Amino acid sequence: MNRSVSIVIVIAAVTAMTRFLPFLLFPSGKKAPAFLQQITDRLPMAVMGMLVVYCLKDVSPWSSSHGIPEFIAVVIVVLSYVYKRNVILSIVLGTLIYMFLVQGAFL
Amino acid sequence: MMKKTIQKAFITSLPVMAGYIVLGIAFGILLKEKGFSIVWAFMMSLTIYAGSMEFVAIHLLDAGASLVSAAMMTLLVNARHLIYSLSMLERYQDTRPFKPYLIFGLTDETYALVCNGAPEDVDEKAYYFFLTLFDQCYWLTGSVLGAFLGSFIPFDTTGIDFSMTALFITIFVDQILKADSCIPGVIGIGCSVLSLCIFGASRFLIPAMIGIIGLLILVERKGDD
Repeated sequence: MNRSVSIVIVIAAVTAMTRFLPFLLFPSGKKAPAFLQQITDRLPMAVMGMLVVYCLKDVSPWSSSHGIPEFIAVVIVVLSYVYKRNVILSIVLGTLIYMFLVQGAFL
Repeated sequence: MMKKTIQKAFITSLPVMAGYIVLGIAFGILLKEKGFSIVWAFMMSLTIYAGSMEFVAIHLLDAGASLVSAAMMTLLVNARHLIYSLSMLERYQDTRPFKPYLIFGLTDETYALVCNGAPEDVDEKAYYFFLTLFDQCYWLTGSVLGAFLGSFIPFDTTGIDFSMTALFITIFVDQILKADSCIPGVIGIGCSVLSLCIFGASRFLIPAMIGIIGLLILVERKGDD
């Protein structure tokens, strides 16, 4: 329990740091250096790609479902988002279909 | 004036209301599933207040992660906040006394709303403040509601954790659609999959992060030559 409290405190502190740091480093509203700006411009997409892999890290083609439910749900989220550009629609649709697949079709 | 400011801020925040309450409920249900009560949902959404990170936090809490790895993970998941803040330096420069809260509450969605600026006939600082405040209230409401409902849900919730995967995928696809180059995305996926194959599921993150940052700097240097 103490570990959990510490984890939440650390996450809250580091999260706040990522938000406050630029304001502390550049207090007068001046522009950040170009190089830093360029790296931080590119980082989010790379990290988001990493997080998608992180979410799917336990999926294995050799498991009983061969990762098929994940594959289908991912394709549906991507396609629905490309067509409709609605975050909530894609999340709800993808999750419901995934739940249906793992609870029914692939058990 | 103030009444009008609050009204306009509320109307602008409405699209976020739906999203935050739905996502917040998913977060609350997942948290409850791992044995953490409403108090945890409330405190996390009050103090951390970063949707995608709170989803990751459930994993970290459940696995009893070390504080160092929790900090590393937070730094990377929230690296995009650096950009949000960098691009808000000017807009938020003279926003006292709301400034600390405005910076604290700069989530993806709030950032998007603030980027659109304030209507002409309102108090700008107060407008941003109420936008930020309303958004956090929606997220708090959703997560507490989810943790509360989690105890009574009459159906099988197996697979509901896919909501986090779906959230990240939508953000990722959105970034690709809006960016002029998808190379960072390729680097992110490529490094992670490679690292996953070499180091395995429980240890691939740190090497992947190092590879990503290294390659991004390398690509950046090349571009300058």
